[in-house]
Amino acid sequence: MASGKADGKVRGFQFSPWNLLLIIPLLVLITSLFNTDGPRLFGMPFFYWFQFVFVAVGVLCTGIVYAMTRDKPTSDRPDRLSVDELDEGDVK
Amino acid sequence: MTNIQWPELIIFAVLFAVVTVLGFVASRWKAGNTLDHLDEWGLGGRKFGSWITWFLLGGDLYTAYTFVAVPALMFSAGAMGLFALPYTIIVYPIVLMPALRMWSVSRVRGYVTPADFVRGRFGSPTLALLIAITGIIATMPYIALQLVGLEAVLRTMGINGSGIVGHLPLLVAFIILAVYTYQSGLRAPALIAFVKDILIYLVIIVAIIYLPSKLGGWSAIFDSAQAKFDKTPSPSDGILLNANNQLQYATLALGSALALFLYPHSLTSVLASRGRSVIKRNMVALPAYSLVLGLLALLGYVAISASVKPITNNATGKPDTNTVVPVLFDSQFSAWFAGIAFAAIGIGALVPAAIMSIAAANLWTRNIYKEYIKKNATPGQEAKQAKLASLIVKFGAVAFILFIDPQFSIDLQLIGGVLILQTLPAVAISLYTRWFHRWGLIAGWVVGIGWGLIMLYNIPNAATGKAHFGGSALALDKLSIFGWHPLSGSQLQIYVGFVALVANLLVAVIFTVVARQMKVFNGTDDTEPEDYHADEHDKDLREIGVH
Repeated sequence: MASGKADGKVRGFQFSPWNLLLIIPLLVLITSLFNTDGPRLFGMPFFYWFQFVFVAVGVLCTGIVYAMTRDKPTSDRPDRLSVDELDEGDVK
Repeated sequence: MTNIQWPELIIFAVLFAVVTVLGFVASRWKAGNTLDHLDEWGLGGRKFGSWITWFLLGGDLYTAYTFVAVPALMFSAGAMGLFALPYTIIVYPIVLMPALRMWSVSRVRGYVTPADFVRGRFGSPTLALLIAITGIIATMPYIALQLVGLEAVLRTMGINGSGIVGHLPLLVAFIILAVYTYQSGLRAPALIAFVKDILIYLVIIVAIIYLPSKLGGWSAIFDSAQAKFDKTPSPSDGILLNANNQLQYATLALGSALALFLYPHSLTSVLASRGRSVIKRNMVALPAYSLVLGLLALLGYVAISASVKPITNNATGKPDTNTVVPVLFDSQFSAWFAGIAFAAIGIGALVPAAIMSIAAANLWTRNIYKEYIKKNATPGQEAKQAKLASLIVKFGAVAFILFIDPQFSIDLQLIGGVLILQTLPAVAISLYTRWFHRWGLIAGWVVGIGWGLIMLYNIPNAATGKAHFGGSALALDKLSIFGWHPLSGSQLQIYVGFVALVANLLVAVIFTVVARQMKVFNGTDDTEPEDYHADEHDKDLREIGVH
């Protein structure tokens, strides 16, 4: 990722290779991968539990992208909010 | 009004009263200097943190209607109804990056609506007007659908009169909602969303653990659903997709995901957040609701297994499948727990309805009133105008339900989804590039909307006997380009909105190339490249809510 300018501002289009992870959840659109009854899990056909598993895949991919790009590119202060501070709501 | 379920109704009414109080108190919650500014009334001061945004967005995107209609679709059509699950799985990865850019540029330039952004990006009031009108038209029936969800619950509790009297409780609920939204703006749904979601999570977790164990486990539930679908003559239902509707499933999920954050109300919740990290965290955490949505969808099968019969709507005389989940709760749980579940769905209708009416009011105020009627409106006048518009929008939605068959608002919502998708090139793609010419975008919009409507008009619904607007699944066989059928003979089905969007993009590209060749002026771009990366701690951000 290109670094910011001297004044902390970024111009133009920014891209991080980590963003490519966001494509993985789209695999759930290929229905032929999972449109079968077996193997069942807890009595649930594959079609159903596969898609539930993909909720987790989506969270994982988006979470990694968030973690890997969090300090970039705009703020000079890193993102270190604790849970208690989250909703203080005052704009600094 | 016979067999009213008093215990359920009392619990429902008590929780509703709590929420009403919250709605009024909300105006003072984290109040800025004034409520007479759209930044404050319409965006809650642009300072919501991660938790509030999570509840607000969750309350906004997963509506009462979703919670009622998705299981209803599973109940009647089977696997096809689960499209809502992949839809909410892919929406966050797709939307993460554009949402961040939209937040930044809106924060720097003071944009309140997607049409504001388009206005600034292309200097074209016309294009902005088209985006604003599309947003308002797509949002209105969506609000009406929240009422359909609320009514399904009321009907299950025995309030199922015919005529206007039967709608009276609904009207009362909506007047209360209208008044506190007028008073508190976006802070009201933000605060109420906490109550709604805690109730929803409580109910779903209990339901999803308790009901299968009572009905013989998931295996038995899926088998009973399969047995039901085997008995119907329709070839398109079943617990798995068939050869013809897989493409429809995937394109509907993708199209709906692309459309979701083009809806003005979802952007409202995004713009109300404090900074980019808040949005990022939310895109990671919001799928918790997807899990709930998926589990809720399965309640459609649970209802089959429990032999639920939908209630007949006394206003139309037809069975209302939207009542299957409420009836399931009513028949399987004790009255007090069913009352909590109904309150969760009922309050779940208020949160999105409030946000949607605020979003529509913002569009009206910023992109029609201020642009065409009163150019030099002060921020105070804008806020006043938006408050009034939010009232009108809500009563318009009530009128839909009172005077028109609710089925009509379901059809309109279907159309609305196709319409809002046509704003994708102007709103989402323009966040990244100004390659498209504004006249190309306008031409693409016209073709996308026009063709989308024509295709929807020509889709019949065999099950209900309707000749037009019978659904969003187009058989490729019927795909006609000026009478030419390029895919004749194929029975594969595809989502209409997706086809219209492809046409929209093609036309936009062609017109853009032509306009560039002819050197037609492409408007002035108000935005700077660094606007798209601004964040909450930047030193020279605009002040919020300043007159």
